[in-house]
Amino acid sequence: MTMTTPVSTRSAFRWAISDVLVLARRNLIALLRTPVALVFSIIQPIMFVVLFRYVFGGAIHTGTNYVNYLIPGILVQTTIFGSVSTAIGLAEDLQKGLIERFRALPMARMAVLAGRTISDLSRNILVLVVITSVGFLVGFRPGGGIVAYVQASLLMLSFAYALSWGFAFIGLAAPTSEAAQAMTFPLIFPITFASAIFVPVQTMPTWLQGFATNQPVSVTAEAVRGLMLGTPHGSTSYVSLLWALGAVVILGPLAVRKFRQAIK
Amino acid sequence: MVDVTEFAIEAHDIVKTFNDGEFTALGGVSLQVPRGEVFGLLGPNGSGKTTMVRILSTILAPTSGSATVNGHDVFKESDKVRKSIGFAGQFAAVDENLTGFENMRMVGLLNHLDRKFVEQRAHELLASFGLTDAANRRTRTYSGGMRRRLDLAAALVASPPILFLDEPTTGLDPQSRQELWNIIENLVESGTTVLLTTQYLEEADRLAKQLVVLDKGKIIAQGTSAELKAQLGNTVLVLTFQSPTDATKGAEIIKEISSKTLNIEGTVVEMTIDKGPSSAADALRRLDASGIELSGLVMREPSLDDVFLNLTGHKAEEVSPSVPTKGRRTRKVRS
Repeated sequence: MTMTTPVSTRSAFRWAISDVLVLARRNLIALLRTPVALVFSIIQPIMFVVLFRYVFGGAIHTGTNYVNYLIPGILVQTTIFGSVSTAIGLAEDLQKGLIERFRALPMARMAVLAGRTISDLSRNILVLVVITSVGFLVGFRPGGGIVAYVQASLLMLSFAYALSWGFAFIGLAAPTSEAAQAMTFPLIFPITFASAIFVPVQTMPTWLQGFATNQPVSVTAEAVRGLMLGTPHGSTSYVSLLWALGAVVILGPLAVRKFRQAIK
Repeated sequence: MVDVTEFAIEAHDIVKTFNDGEFTALGGVSLQVPRGEVFGLLGPNGSGKTTMVRILSTILAPTSGSATVNGHDVFKESDKVRKSIGFAGQFAAVDENLTGFENMRMVGLLNHLDRKFVEQRAHELLASFGLTDAANRRTRTYSGGMRRRLDLAAALVASPPILFLDEPTTGLDPQSRQELWNIIENLVESGTTVLLTTQYLEEADRLAKQLVVLDKGKIIAQGTSAELKAQLGNTVLVLTFQSPTDATKGAEIIKEISSKTLNIEGTVVEMTIDKGPSSAADALRRLDASGIELSGLVMREPSLDDVFLNLTGHKAEEVSPSVPTKGRRTRKVRS
């Protein structure tokens, strides 16, 4: 049974890239083979679009056509919700003993986390395309031009990617994948709803306005909206990028540290 | 690869505590595993077996202690260690969304082996483990035995000289267990060193040349399986009396026959005996002479429970440190 095993001579860096791609690919295969999960993750934002466009929308006054206000916000919300799957995926891998197996392999240490966040990013791109199309179907007409639209998309994907490192931490700290999902909810709910995603913050009580205006999700939503619609949005796109960068710098090492301690 | 070290695995005084020292999983365990044989780590749940295997396979860092695997320092040269080992954990860590072949390929690529080689090797291993027909099926559809075989096959992709198997047959049906035992025996014949943890005395007896018995993070006995059994006695005599009072009286009468464990539970007395039938006949004669009647008699092979009872005074499944020892005589065994 034993035979000479060809040991490849690639550099450590190239092997690290290879490890990340092997794991990202494995996660994407899983995603494609569980289409029900994928469909549900698309149905939820579509329901939000329909709910706010046709049910609540009439009562919300933004001074502009509400659908143009709404869709950029929903896209930001959807990508943030999408980054939660990093927590669920890692918690599942931990629960099923896969991370234990990975840790006994001579692979790059960060590949499990990078592979997971990258596959979740790919998934977010797909969902973004679908929800953009749904937006167009319900009357979304952005006037900012294609370049700004792509910039806006990149901005929210970067923001969501940065957050997924925080969710990686939660996924590794949670006892089960169900618990991971439950733990993300109290974090996700206030930052997406007490924000400029669905309504202008000026309509909120003053005590809430300070938080709602300056918290990173609102900043990102304002930047994405401004870029997509071609309206002034101040320095919000830069501030959003800074938030994303700061999140990666702080949450990334925390997640890696948690990964090292995850198995007991 | 030239190895100057005599042992495949050497561990010295490994300590692992959790929760800032509140819980001690391993209280100073040392091992020396010779090359080319199966070394068994025997113990109940919570005895520290899994923690020990996780530390030696670089998955977990110990609180203190040192260890080498295949001549490499486990903590300073962990990447070299990882290239020398295969690891199959307790829960058959296979990706349920991938096929058997895809699982093998993933592990092979993460071992940094050439893609073509990995694919060829995956097919060979799947064939030798009887999984060719299921190779392109998602492992979600596999039986427990098939998962274990795949898990083991994946651990062998890189042909590691040292293999860690953490309870490889727990939860398997007898036939699957038998199949896995055959596979492990074949691996050892071809030169692989295996560190195996198990809760089953039978499994340790069948596979392992040398054994260490762990209890609450400490080694309580070690030696070959034959040595341990000799210390234990070969047979357990199970006598059922008509009342608990009779059982207590009966135990008092027969306890002189064997120096091993005697355990009373209700109307049942269990005694490990040295000489099998002759000791049993002796016990029956004595009971008959004193007029105590039996309602049942069984003789059986000693189990892990008996080993534990004999070595520690508590049963294998009792993890709590406060174990009643009333009615039990225990003897520490050392080899």
